[in-house]
Amino acid sequence: MVTSSHSRPGTPSPAGSTSPPSEPDGPRNTAARSVSRASASVRSVRQRAAIWIRKHGAGPYLLLLPATAVIGALIVWPAIQVGLFSFQNYGLMQISGVLPAQWIGFSNYSQILHDPEFWQSLKTSVYFAVVVVPLTLVAGTLVGLLLVRLGPKMRTFVSVSALLAWATPAVSASVIFVWLVSPDGGVVDWALAKLPSWLGGGAHWAGFSWTNATLPAYTVLTVMLVWTGFPFIAVTVLAGLRTLPTELLEAARVDGAGAWRVFWKVTFPILRPVFLVLALLSTIWDFGMFTQAYIVTGNLGNRDEYNLGLYEYSQAFTQPPHYGLASAAAFVLTVILLIVTVGYVRAAIKQGSLA
Amino acid sequence: MTSVPVPGSTVPGSTVPRRARSARGGRRLRRASRRAALNLAGVLVALFALFPVLWMISTAFKPASEMYSLTPHPVPLHPTLANFRTVFSGSVIGMPYWNFLKNSLFITIVAVAVSSLIGLLAAIALGRFKFRFRTTYLIMLLIVQLLPQQALVVSLFIDFRKVNLLDSLVGLIAVYTAFALPVTIWMLRNFAATVPRELEEAAAIDGAGAWTRFWRILLPLISPGLVSTSVFAFIFAYNEFVFALTFLGTDTAKFTLPLYVQYFYGQNSTDWGAIMASSTLFTIPVLAFFLLTQRRLASGLVAGAVKG
Repeated sequence: MVTSSHSRPGTPSPAGSTSPPSEPDGPRNTAARSVSRASASVRSVRQRAAIWIRKHGAGPYLLLLPATAVIGALIVWPAIQVGLFSFQNYGLMQISGVLPAQWIGFSNYSQILHDPEFWQSLKTSVYFAVVVVPLTLVAGTLVGLLLVRLGPKMRTFVSVSALLAWATPAVSASVIFVWLVSPDGGVVDWALAKLPSWLGGGAHWAGFSWTNATLPAYTVLTVMLVWTGFPFIAVTVLAGLRTLPTELLEAARVDGAGAWRVFWKVTFPILRPVFLVLALLSTIWDFGMFTQAYIVTGNLGNRDEYNLGLYEYSQAFTQPPHYGLASAAAFVLTVILLIVTVGYVRAAIKQGSLA
Repeated sequence: MTSVPVPGSTVPGSTVPRRARSARGGRRLRRASRRAALNLAGVLVALFALFPVLWMISTAFKPASEMYSLTPHPVPLHPTLANFRTVFSGSVIGMPYWNFLKNSLFITIVAVAVSSLIGLLAAIALGRFKFRFRTTYLIMLLIVQLLPQQALVVSLFIDFRKVNLLDSLVGLIAVYTAFALPVTIWMLRNFAATVPRELEEAAAIDGAGAWTRFWRILLPLISPGLVSTSVFAFIFAYNEFVFALTFLGTDTAKFTLPLYVQYFYGQNSTDWGAIMASSTLFTIPVLAFFLLTQRRLASGLVAGAVKG
């Protein structure tokens, strides 16, 4: 979907009404000959169903039914319900059934919009995405450009190593990074203290606590999310680079263009759709970061270190629970992400990945 | 791609063989040093990617005396299994590691099996049929797959509380099945669409019924795709944190591995050797699984947005 090279050769032919796969094709031939009357009547029911399915072109809809039911019940309905809850005073009394939930209009929203913590957390999420997305894209693209220039063995080694970072579970990554920057015994503080002062090092780093304030904590999260995110970008960019016509790159080089100019004048314009999709996906992932922030900032313990996701979650799952307020915040979060998603869907359609 | 001759680097008008030879030698030297520089950069990238995981493993084998030493060593000087013993004995949470591995594997395997089966049916519909809402359905899948889970979890928590699915592995299986489905369907439909229709038609002429055609033709040709989508679903379900955190609450016996590691870290946040040992026992299986299957994954990874 990300690269245009992945479009498939044949489009499905419009034969939906002629061959529903779940029904036997020729029951008449065999059934009439050798099967007893009881099962023949069963078959005729099946046969009639097959004819009905064929006549109405219902095959694909039947095949989609289970998936639609599961996705509908466990993803789409909860999303709608979040919208409904955001207009209700749903709290402890309501979830335990003591009092019925009441519709209270926009008061959850106005309460949130007047909460300085909400704006603080929104700001944190926005700043974080604004820093991390470009960093991840640049790092990933540079590694992609490096991979395409390596020999096959080295390329496999580097890309598989990088993808191991991508595949590392978010919980492990978070715990590992907290340990790396731990004030006692952490290797990062030790290395920073050893660094010469003109590189920003010095003894004041020894025992520096990274997770107790917003800026240091999000610096750690930045490094972690770049570390997690760059391999996916690199591998995708590499796949894109390999679809480029080599004659074009050669021609540019023959004309005396350096690597910088070749990238901006040839590579980037051709791969622009790929970069657009990667930027939008990274934005969605980084803006919606939850697990890593939850663990690094201390299990909802530090309110001033919340991002939007933590703020929303804490409204519902710290005592006393305010499910209505949480739903309003969740709705805001979802709408922001949906705006980015619309851009992503448009980019995907333009690339023909819906064909 | 790396050895494109650049005209500026040739010596203009060099007809003397000796000068030509030395120019060629210079170019070869420059190419070799360029290659070395690129390889060095590659090694540095690999080191950056691997360092945190390697450090985790190394810490897991360090005795407490080395943990807080003034100069940390990359490799433990006196490797010990004491940290792993702490994790296996279950001295922290009251239950050994196996209990949580069992929970995680049970939930993951059932969720992957169910979502593969349901996803396969949907993928056949989307990949091999043309019908009215096909494009709409595909767009819905794209959107649904990117909805923030920490937003939906509030609503699901309230629903699951009503139907007694909190503190239950079944509840988690249902949620993981649902959230693995969009990506599974999205990737599988490409595989379903590439099976040539002529194959099926030929089999139909030879008298094969729809059921036979599915088992003998469609399924064998889609199964490589099924393998890679189930790997993605496996990694998603095995690593998932938000739903497990919210639904399992304080019932520590039902914890999955990610929740166990996080709880372990929260309970004794100074015993880094044991924390890293628990994290190693959680991480290494999924990384090994990824290494075994990564060849198949490469195309699928590039083919879609597959990280939640």
